[in-house]
Amino acid sequence: MEARKMRDINESDYSKIVQSQTFQELLSAKKKFIVPVTIFFFCFYFALPILTSYTNVLNNTFIGSITWAWVFAFLQFVMTWGLCMLYSRKAARFDELAEKVVQERGKGS
Amino acid sequence: MNIAAFTMFLGIVFVTLIITYYASKKTNNASEFYTAGGGLTGWQNGMAIAGDYMSAASFLGIAGAVALTGFDGFFYSIGFLVAYLVVLYLVAEPMRNLGKYTFADMIAARFDANKIRGFAAMNTVAISIFYMIAQLVGAGALIKLLLGLEYTTSVLIVGILMTVYVIFGGMHATSWVQIVKAVLLMGGTLLISIIVFAKFNFSITGMFAHMKDATPLKEAFLNPGVKYKDGLDTISLNMGLVLGTAGLPHILVRFFTVKDAKTARSSVVYATWIIGIFYVMTIFLGFGAAAFVGTADITAANAAGNMAAPLLAKALGGNMLFAFVSAVAFATILAVVAGLVLTAASAFAHDFYNEILCKGKASEGQQVKMARYAAIGVSVLSIILALFAQSLNVAFLVSLAFAVAASANLPVILYTIYWKRFNTTGAIWAMAVGLISAVGLVLISPNVFSPEAGKAIFVGNPLFPYTTPGIVSIPLGFLAGYLGTIFSSQKADVKKYEEVLVKTNTGIGLGQ
Repeated sequence: MEARKMRDINESDYSKIVQSQTFQELLSAKKKFIVPVTIFFFCFYFALPILTSYTNVLNNTFIGSITWAWVFAFLQFVMTWGLCMLYSRKAARFDELAEKVVQERGKGS
Repeated sequence: MNIAAFTMFLGIVFVTLIITYYASKKTNNASEFYTAGGGLTGWQNGMAIAGDYMSAASFLGIAGAVALTGFDGFFYSIGFLVAYLVVLYLVAEPMRNLGKYTFADMIAARFDANKIRGFAAMNTVAISIFYMIAQLVGAGALIKLLLGLEYTTSVLIVGILMTVYVIFGGMHATSWVQIVKAVLLMGGTLLISIIVFAKFNFSITGMFAHMKDATPLKEAFLNPGVKYKDGLDTISLNMGLVLGTAGLPHILVRFFTVKDAKTARSSVVYATWIIGIFYVMTIFLGFGAAAFVGTADITAANAAGNMAAPLLAKALGGNMLFAFVSAVAFATILAVVAGLVLTAASAFAHDFYNEILCKGKASEGQQVKMARYAAIGVSVLSIILALFAQSLNVAFLVSLAFAVAASANLPVILYTIYWKRFNTTGAIWAMAVGLISAVGLVLISPNVFSPEAGKAIFVGNPLFPYTTPGIVSIPLGFLAGYLGTIFSSQKADVKKYEEVLVKTNTGIGLGQ
């Protein structure tokens, strides 16, 4: 396997990286962002079928013949695009930290 | 036969074969064959993901579903799109950082056991073939309607083309066919949407006001509940839609065609924009078809509504637009089936042959040769199955593919990346239970058994009440992975998890 041929990295190196402050910072930064947003988008998404199945609130009029169901459906698109861009923005910080982890490994060992 | 349509079909065949010719020159080793050498840029891969994903079911199926059932048809559009948040936030980057050529590689990065690789590869092949039969049966019916060719001839044409792209051009040809298709599909859909919107004087409120009276459903057309009357059935459908994509092997392998996690991320972002814009336009396709073709004519051409989009094109722009949209649908099918053939062939050649049988020691030449044989084998098998399935209602196959992906693949993917204690027993349990429960529940669902003759494959009462198994099988897959792990005497391999954690988050070890 090609991955095994890696020049100078072995099991203890991985442990060392995991324990490093930068790596821990990277993990917690990711967790703090990804976990709540993921919970949010699942709730937002499943709210639509739950509301349409068990209530009639979304059948009320928004403007003219457009009901709230369509508005909520369109908001799902807006949410998806919005969270996509948000992730791209946040990920720049993750990339910086990941890069720092890689550099520290080069210096340390 | 429709001359304009025939000419445009030939045009598509010609363009894709030229792509394959150029791609074949680059396809000289395993990495080029499986992943185009990992050299695609973010936008190229984003377009290819969109081209791989927006199947005939999306284009023809959703247009028909919105035209016939209004809001309920639009559930598919929403679910298929929001699914990309799961891909982006949880799966895409780890997949790129851990895997090499196949979905099974990524699981094997943590559990280096042949039975796990074998299981993952088997799920890949099963999902890809379910999906492919559905596409081929759809393609046969479509070409029959559009060009008047026999069903068997139509399936053979599509089958031969997909085999040619894959065996000669590998991932290079597959990706570029998908990119060209994405451009054509977006162009065609945009054109029709603008014409439809113009007919409503570019007024959204005017359009909705018109739709209120335009169909036999009247006001109900604009409200949820025409098709999905049972809450749990609706939620089950939505679970499968939103969680399935992140477990579909032919989508997952696309992340191996880019060089790093950053590019994988940007390709998902491009794909999400393209796919989202497309699915917004399905409203115009569906509303347009309902308003300007009419429910009666749509169901007369095809009971499931699959001809709604081409018929709308005919109603709006006559024969030329009809021919163009038909050709776009043809290109759509080709791009998707090529991706499926390549994915299933990679699982055979890379996972079963090279990694398991040859213990990872097959030469580059042998690997590529075996991948080509596998592509031929997968194609022939799918074509034969599709010929037998002609008279069956195969809509359930796509839902089956999504259900297996969400129930068998997604739990293993997420546990492998994020759960320290996860072990090989848990991985096997999750994959086995996910696969068996998803397939088993579909076999006893209303898609297979219906009391009314002709509505499903067998006449009888379904034992499972919901049309999709997700609401039961997805939790079962996760539960099995959890229970398998905690009940096994195996200790968690913390060292290996640390390695996976570092690789996932930093890309260390990638491409070395």
